[in-house]
Amino acid sequence: MQTSLLLEMTADAAPDRAAVSDGDRRLDLGRLAASARGAAATLQAAEGERVVFLGLNGEAVSIAIFASALVGKPFVPLNYRLADDALRRLVERSAPAVAVVDDNMLPRVSAIAGITYITRSVFEAAYRDPTNQRQELPVVDADIAVLLFTSGTTGDPKAAVLRHHHLTSYVVSTVDFLGAEEDEASLVSVPPYHIAGISAVLTGIYSGRQIVYLPSFTPEAWVDAAVANKVTHAMVVPTMLGRILDVLDARGIGLPHLKALSYGGGRMPLPVIERAMARLPHVDFVNAYGLTETSSTVAVLGPDDHRQAMASSDPAVRRRMGSVGRPLPTLELEIRDPEGRVVPTGESGEIHVRGEQVAGEYLERKVIAEDGWFATNDAGWLDKEGFLFVEGRLDDVIVRGGENISPGEIEDVLRAHPAIADLAVFGVPDDQWGERIACVVVARGTPPATADLADWVKARLRSTKTPDVWEFRAELPYNDMGKLLRRVLRDDILARDRETASA
Amino acid sequence: MEFKPGSRWRSAVGSAEFVVVRPPRTAGVLRSGGQNLLVIDAPVADGATLDPALADALAIGKRYTDSESGIELLVSKAGVGTLTFDDRTLVLKEAKQLPSSD
Repeated sequence: MQTSLLLEMTADAAPDRAAVSDGDRRLDLGRLAASARGAAATLQAAEGERVVFLGLNGEAVSIAIFASALVGKPFVPLNYRLADDALRRLVERSAPAVAVVDDNMLPRVSAIAGITYITRSVFEAAYRDPTNQRQELPVVDADIAVLLFTSGTTGDPKAAVLRHHHLTSYVVSTVDFLGAEEDEASLVSVPPYHIAGISAVLTGIYSGRQIVYLPSFTPEAWVDAAVANKVTHAMVVPTMLGRILDVLDARGIGLPHLKALSYGGGRMPLPVIERAMARLPHVDFVNAYGLTETSSTVAVLGPDDHRQAMASSDPAVRRRMGSVGRPLPTLELEIRDPEGRVVPTGESGEIHVRGEQVAGEYLERKVIAEDGWFATNDAGWLDKEGFLFVEGRLDDVIVRGGENISPGEIEDVLRAHPAIADLAVFGVPDDQWGERIACVVVARGTPPATADLADWVKARLRSTKTPDVWEFRAELPYNDMGKLLRRVLRDDILARDRETASA
Repeated sequence: MEFKPGSRWRSAVGSAEFVVVRPPRTAGVLRSGGQNLLVIDAPVADGATLDPALADALAIGKRYTDSESGIELLVSKAGVGTLTFDDRTLVLKEAKQLPSSD
């Protein structure tokens, strides 16, 4: 089953239903399907085995995803925020390909061997052309739907492979066909080169919920688009949510049409989600945990879970505000120790998942086990009720004197300190303890005394979880999806330690 | 008949089309309206008629399962013709919708 069938089905059953809009332009499902066929005729005629997409969000993203499926050429969206040389390397790796490129981005990737270029304006004119829309398309049965380059924070970007059966299995088993109300609209602000940007298109179309594209995220533009389009659903990454709330506060407005707000893609600071729930009490909050390699979401903390946790005086229930919820019923999830044994409930280990949506594969190598289990490289644990707590990348877990310490837990405690605007906790090598805990702080105003901060942690967590090394900075390094780059901070501190040692 | 996940099929007696979501654990005969399903691009068979006793409507987007074999089908085009696997009637799968996370 190809992802394009998802659109064919909804267009067949509800051709007049609103499908995609960006700014003033609007397509219903029937015209979206016709446009996808028009685009497919163009992509079919062009040389190249893949479809590279380099551009901002907009209706052309949805159309290119389905058109690529129709012609059996994998869709390869690229990150336009990369530096020119890094971007050119990814285009080179994608050859031979046809590349749909925003007109103003073309000079950045021009004249690369094996690439046929189509500017976005030409692409848009082509898919609107009725002659193209009527062209017969050959029947294809391609396997690979999407190639997504990982952000490459730990090395060269890897191309994650998502096959049609992974994506369609995720959509068909988790989303009701045309299950959305006619007036529902989903604001998509995650970029097209992120797995959430792909899954938003597929689940949005299959559920019949209109996709409203925000070309590029700013909190002001997000709020404007949400109000103007009476947006009912949206997905944000944690760094976006706090900034959106700031705009709502500054304007003194709410979002009366918003029904559900999901978040994921990184750790949500507890104070931010609590503020959001208090500020938008009518909204259903959903925390979704997933990876590119798992075709998006594998665990969900639903609206009722949020409300119960928020209202509970039981610390174990209250704590679930920081959990990613329960695994989807359509897949299996286990926590294992380094030897591969399943650990008892409540103990930390590596999160493993298995299921039809789990790809676990890169173009360069397959990382999924023969029996279908995929090691996520994320550390986490399950509570007695089966709620999953994610502690961060396995490489980020601090092992101090044999004790596993989650940097996120310490960060959550310190984030509530009034003098701290932002912070990062990570491990640095230590001869005596294996690792010691380092903390880099962005202060709100005058930097507080580190002894006060240490006392703050000690009063709320064990003394073994109190950072040993403190440092103040003006800002922290994040990648463009809002993921904190702990490794960069760690390398800085290690380099400084080496300098001190050799001085 | 091998019902691979993702493979597409059509009714021999009407407009209905199907996708295999989950394959059966055992081999068996899959029918709609009393007639064997055809592969999606097969020509329409002459003379295949709908069994009036097996004329349930099949709505697009609905999933049907047989618990004994584990087969699960998605209706990708609407039509008429009760689904059976080795003469057991497939039952409508009540979708357990998850909160929207995308």
